Amino acid sequence: MSDLTLTPNIPGADDFYAELIAAHEGLTDAESQAFNARLVLLLANHIGDRTVISQALAAAARKE
Amino acid sequence: MNKIFEIPLYPYAKSPDQDATTPVRHQVVVIGAGPIGLGAAIDLAQQGIEVVVLDDNDKVSFGSRAVCYAKRPLEILDRLGCGHPMVDKGVKWNLGKVFFDQRKVYEFNLLPEDGHEFPAFINLQQYYFEEYMVNRVRELQEQGAPIEIRGRNKVSAIGQHDTHVTLEVETPEGPYNVEADWLIACDGAGSNTRAMLGLDFVGRVFEDNFLIADVIMDAEFPTERWFWFDPPFNRGQSALLHKQPDGVWRIDLQLGWDIDKEREKRPENVIPRLKAMLGEDVNFELEWVSIYTFQCRRMEQFRHGRVLFAGDAAHQVSPFGARGANSGLQDTDNLCWKLKLVMDGKAPETLLDSYDVERIHGADENILNSSRSTDFITPKSNISRTLRDAVLDLAEQYEFARPLVNSGRLSVPCTYDGSPLNTPDALPGAPARSRPGSPCADAPLGQGYLLPQLADRFTLLTLNADAPDGLDIDGIPVTRLALDGKDDPTGALADRYLGGEKSAVYLIRPDQHVAARWAAYDETATRDALRRAIGKA
Repeated sequence: MSDLTLTPNIPGADDFYAELIAAHEGLTDAESQAFNARLVLLLANHIGDRTVISQALAAAARKE
Repeated sequence: MNKIFEIPLYPYAKSPDQDATTPVRHQVVVIGAGPIGLGAAIDLAQQGIEVVVLDDNDKVSFGSRAVCYAKRPLEILDRLGCGHPMVDKGVKWNLGKVFFDQRKVYEFNLLPEDGHEFPAFINLQQYYFEEYMVNRVRELQEQGAPIEIRGRNKVSAIGQHDTHVTLEVETPEGPYNVEADWLIACDGAGSNTRAMLGLDFVGRVFEDNFLIADVIMDAEFPTERWFWFDPPFNRGQSALLHKQPDGVWRIDLQLGWDIDKEREKRPENVIPRLKAMLGEDVNFELEWVSIYTFQCRRMEQFRHGRVLFAGDAAHQVSPFGARGANSGLQDTDNLCWKLKLVMDGKAPETLLDSYDVERIHGADENILNSSRSTDFITPKSNISRTLRDAVLDLAEQYEFARPLVNSGRLSVPCTYDGSPLNTPDALPGAPARSRPGSPCADAPLGQGYLLPQLADRFTLLTLNADAPDGLDIDGIPVTRLALDGKDDPTGALADRYLGGEKSAVYLIRPDQHVAARWAAYDETATRDALRRAIGKA
């Protein structure tokens, strides 16, 4: 099983971030929250690996 | 206190032009004696073109203003004969630290690549920068170069004609008329030239104010760039601390949009803010305080017939990333050799349209980068702020988030990919950094460095390859610079220009950008590439 990648892994980091911010443009706060929830579920499904997802949940909770 | 920026450096003096019965015609008139206008004038004068600089003021810039200069502009300034005084005076720095709230979340080292004559960055007050350029103008004058700066000469009207430009100029002794074959407008973001010609300047306004303060203090802060997001001393906003020569520190404090600017600028309001940041017991003196707002915008075209716009007059960016003066010097670097060839009748006038293509490409790159930095520093919505704070939070612990932290993407030179002056790459196995359109990277030779060998003319750089020592193509001399392994003590030259290739031939423009490259010399290919590089193809 692989581990959660915590080193830079997205080529063109600034392009990615700009696209992410642009995706929220014009949304209300509630719509943005819903958008982020859908995004999390999509990305989690793409990862698939339950160990990696658990590691990501822990990292986001800022637990070592 | 007699600060350098309080003394007239080019005081008004009456010119014989003012008594002429018919207006005197000059080859080039430059409007604006800031860093970009002086850069253009020095470049042209070094090539023997007669140039007059008109400025409505008579002093260097008030306050430090532009402070960060990158390697590429320093290399350009070296070609203009004033790079070394700036590096000698300037503060060199490599380390940047980013703080979020009370924690340091990230630090970066610019880690400059070895084997370059000039450092990655220096900090230097704009008034020193301009003073060194004026000194260079005086030196050229002593050598008999046809260059002149006229202080307190304010252009009040411009007439455009097919063959020249007419100007009405106001002086303390009344107005006069003068003419120029070509006019270069370097009169800043608030360009009067642009306004007089009724030209557009469209872009994006950022609803924010920044307090900028230069303080003189003997402080223990290291020579690093410190940037704070949401610090305790400036809640919800950002702050920047950067060192300049003479114990002067640049402090930027974000203030937000709805503020009373005049009130915020008063020392009784500025000093408590600075004390909160620097500590109660730090002694400092305020040298200069200003409040600025900014925009990211550019003109639709930089060339309008015989009027050419350069620097902030043509394009404006937010200050994050040091892309203002740095990109302006790349403008004049791009423009002046082209103008010289057109004036000499060696290249078609349409060569100047490539100035538009190449420098608009540069301006768009700078606007994109500085807009993104600004959006990161000043989030425009709750969700932007939430995402931004999440990046900062994660960056402290996890390396992956650090490339996303954006407190300014520092100026790097522009590669003119897709320029009509480039010949398609015939040596794709050589390093991509030296592909056609790229600015040449410096490298140590046995004695000295590569870049000074490439300046001011077309050069055929041959690496382990044969070629004639000198060529004349349509009246344009091309000088060969023959180098091989003996000239490459560190291997940097091979690393930057050969990669896995055994030999290479580079055609290099007078502004040190690559026009074409091949594995071996071919006369027809070289002629075609040079003709393309001067707009004949």
